[in-house]
Amino acid sequence: MTLLMPAPEPAIMSRRNELIARLAAILAPESLIVDEVARRAYECDAFTMYRALPLVVALPESVEQVRAIMALAAEMNVKVVPRGAGTSLSGGSMPLEDGILLGMSKFNRILEIDYANRCARVQPGVQNLAISKAVEAQGFYYAPDPSSQIACSIGGNVAENAGGVHCLKYGLTTNNILGLEIVLMGGDLIKLGGKHLDSEGYDLIGLMTGSEGLLGVVTEVTVRLLQKPSAARGLLLGFASVAAGARCVGAIIARGVIPAGLEMMDRATIHAVERFQPCGYPLDAEALVIVELDGTQAEVDHLVGVVQDIAREEEATTIRASTSEAERLQFWAGRKNAFPAVSCIAPDYLCMDGTIPRARLPEALAGMDQLAKEQGLSVANVFHAGDGNLHPLILYDASKEGDVERAEKLGFDILRLCVSLGGVLTGEHGVGVEKRDLMGEMFTDVDLAQQMRLKCAFDPAGRLNPGKVFPTLHRCAELGMMHVVGGKMPFPDLPRF
Amino acid sequence: MESASATLEIRDEADAVDAICAANAKDVSCAIVGGGSKSRLGRHAPQAQALSTRALSGVTLYEPNELVLSACAGAPLSEIETLLESHGQQLAFEPMDYGPLLGAEAGGATIGGVIAVNASGPRRIKAGAARDHLLGFRCVTGRGEQVKSGGRVMKNVTGYDLSKLVCGSYGTLALLTELTFKVLPKPETECTLLAIGADEAESLALLRRATATPCEPSSLAMLPAGAALALNGNAAAIRLEGPAISVTARRDDLVTRLASCGLRFETLDERDSMALWRGLRDAAPVAARAGQVWRISVAPTEGLAVTERIRRAGAPVRAHFYDWAGGLIWLCVDTAPDAHAAAVRGAVDASGGHATLIRACEETRAAVDVFHPQPAALAALTRRVKESFDPAHILERGRMRAEF
Repeated sequence: MTLLMPAPEPAIMSRRNELIARLAAILAPESLIVDEVARRAYECDAFTMYRALPLVVALPESVEQVRAIMALAAEMNVKVVPRGAGTSLSGGSMPLEDGILLGMSKFNRILEIDYANRCARVQPGVQNLAISKAVEAQGFYYAPDPSSQIACSIGGNVAENAGGVHCLKYGLTTNNILGLEIVLMGGDLIKLGGKHLDSEGYDLIGLMTGSEGLLGVVTEVTVRLLQKPSAARGLLLGFASVAAGARCVGAIIARGVIPAGLEMMDRATIHAVERFQPCGYPLDAEALVIVELDGTQAEVDHLVGVVQDIAREEEATTIRASTSEAERLQFWAGRKNAFPAVSCIAPDYLCMDGTIPRARLPEALAGMDQLAKEQGLSVANVFHAGDGNLHPLILYDASKEGDVERAEKLGFDILRLCVSLGGVLTGEHGVGVEKRDLMGEMFTDVDLAQQMRLKCAFDPAGRLNPGKVFPTLHRCAELGMMHVVGGKMPFPDLPRF
Repeated sequence: MESASATLEIRDEADAVDAICAANAKDVSCAIVGGGSKSRLGRHAPQAQALSTRALSGVTLYEPNELVLSACAGAPLSEIETLLESHGQQLAFEPMDYGPLLGAEAGGATIGGVIAVNASGPRRIKAGAARDHLLGFRCVTGRGEQVKSGGRVMKNVTGYDLSKLVCGSYGTLALLTELTFKVLPKPETECTLLAIGADEAESLALLRRATATPCEPSSLAMLPAGAALALNGNAAAIRLEGPAISVTARRDDLVTRLASCGLRFETLDERDSMALWRGLRDAAPVAARAGQVWRISVAPTEGLAVTERIRRAGAPVRAHFYDWAGGLIWLCVDTAPDAHAAAVRGAVDASGGHATLIRACEETRAAVDVFHPQPAALAALTRRVKESFDPAHILERGRMRAEF
């Protein structure tokens, strides 16, 4: 284990029984998990490389219980780690051994669907897909659609600012929520926004979204509902090189077309997918581009023609346009199966999440190949090509000595490559613990100090999900007084945990 | 900011660091001034000195195929819009020009000011506000520190999303130096369908019906008789944008779907449609009237109830119209020392939402809460957020809240 987490505090560990007794006075008996075997179920999220056994698991059912737990935690100076459905790919809800794991799974109700105002009020534990299912009969849906949408919860989507294949046209979580109710450390309940647009002061909804559970616990979300487009068609485009595929993606956007989805995969993934469940992808292609166009029938048919013309100009080797809903879904089937398909060609894989300026795609892929060779590993690639969000899947075998370390090293190298090309460490999976120690690649100490001061504004004692996102821990008083001159902090060698 | 005693020209980030550090040392409050088009917006709170961002000019990056543009904060909005136009692109959030409403010249805004007030226009309901298009920025905080956040890529969750926070912060957190935007293709064409003759309630209901169709309206406004256009009757205005073939098909489809309402329909062609929405963007129907102006954001179904409650509470409404399918109310009231704040805010609070006093004299904007009052816990959090950037309240002291 190479990941360093804050050492468990003896002052907390020694008061575990007292904490359990106080929590028992707040929660129903079945909502408090003390037993070690039962706690094991919570030892990691979907980032399984690192695990920790939580001190105790609390599963509140009401906002009042959340407030009471947050007040108790502040009073006893105990850490709290919020958790939604546990699908984070970056370890955002990895427990702390001296922390309460606050599971929000019992907040699973859709509170109100307000069609007239095109919004719904939901509890944070509601699954992403359940919202769209609840409103589809009326012709509506909730736009952000992360791959994990059958499992992930809307509260976790807020924490990570989840995206999905449709976010090029319809935006991320942050662009699709109107209101939040949050509980701060200490128990204060704060309502932000509502059913109206834009906030009445600082945009704290925007700040909360993507804050990875470090600022407050979300107890209610008001999401925007969109009218389903009346028509959608897909195109499957094959190319003789990744560079040609990337050029075509750029040309589509340059022509003024914003597709609802614009995805790309490399040869390794195409072959893995076809082996897993054949869906008619061209095996001779080096790169496959999937385009989805939606809107009214007239507009969609027109745009399909435009994209076909562009594909011909860019020398696509395969051009197929869907003529039925079944065919459109078949185009997507392989893309949706990409992750399970890749897990069939290698015992383990590590899913990375860098974003780069789209035009740098050929360089990024060539660079990745080189880096993979250096580690003796291989990489399969699927990406949200429209917005330059890469998901390199690093293939390895955890049972082979040194493979885990090599995979981790390669992952870090790939993310550094993304940053050097003008991109960022994470497009939609979050920093969590996975990319925490790379934050310095993107941010100066001054940048990070300002972000940590914001955390202090919400959580002055640093008790909510500490050890995530930021590579160093500082006391708030220290940050408040710190003045950074010329990019140098007064204590550049402050202890890392 | 009005009547600052001295103006410092900020030529680069180093200047901003020096100026803000010096201001911290001597407790000198600073206004941040770009084009001055919004100097009468916000609380009236004279600052000891002004920091001018006009010299921070120029577009620093524009890659049309990547849909990304970066500019220094003092770059004129008009310059950026002209550049985008020449590539068939635009800032889709359609930033409002506050100049005409506040008695300044039209077209005077800088891009930094657009972000500072989170400006948006009628397309807000479909395309989002400024906050939805800012990908990243550089700034100098109220501590005098150079900070950056975000990046130039569309998808990014690396660290807190400070871009959202600076949008609409009215310069109270940091002096913005460079901004990076997502830009989008301009629609090929547009038209506006007008449904004329219904009462306000019916017209607003009609707008909501239009949003429940797959016709993808990009803007929806309700214009009381005499508010805009020379129409004898109320008008529900529905803007459709996109490829010509699609706009025509959607217009026809919409007329069919809404035909049962028995109203008279008219279509504004591209030129008239653009002129109408440009006017509504800048709140022309209330800007042209004498009196104080409020901007109210509520749930779309609450717009009418809020306006009626304001009237019942005794506020003399001179002119009003609704944008955002009823969710944005622009209201002009007879001038009063308190701008009828109790009537307006009481009406809004009964529905949920917020009201901002946009146009009023200095005395009124010093005495009345210009921004909607906040509950105690939120107000305390807001202050802590402010102080995380600007502990000594150096930047735009009192511009948003009297206490900082």
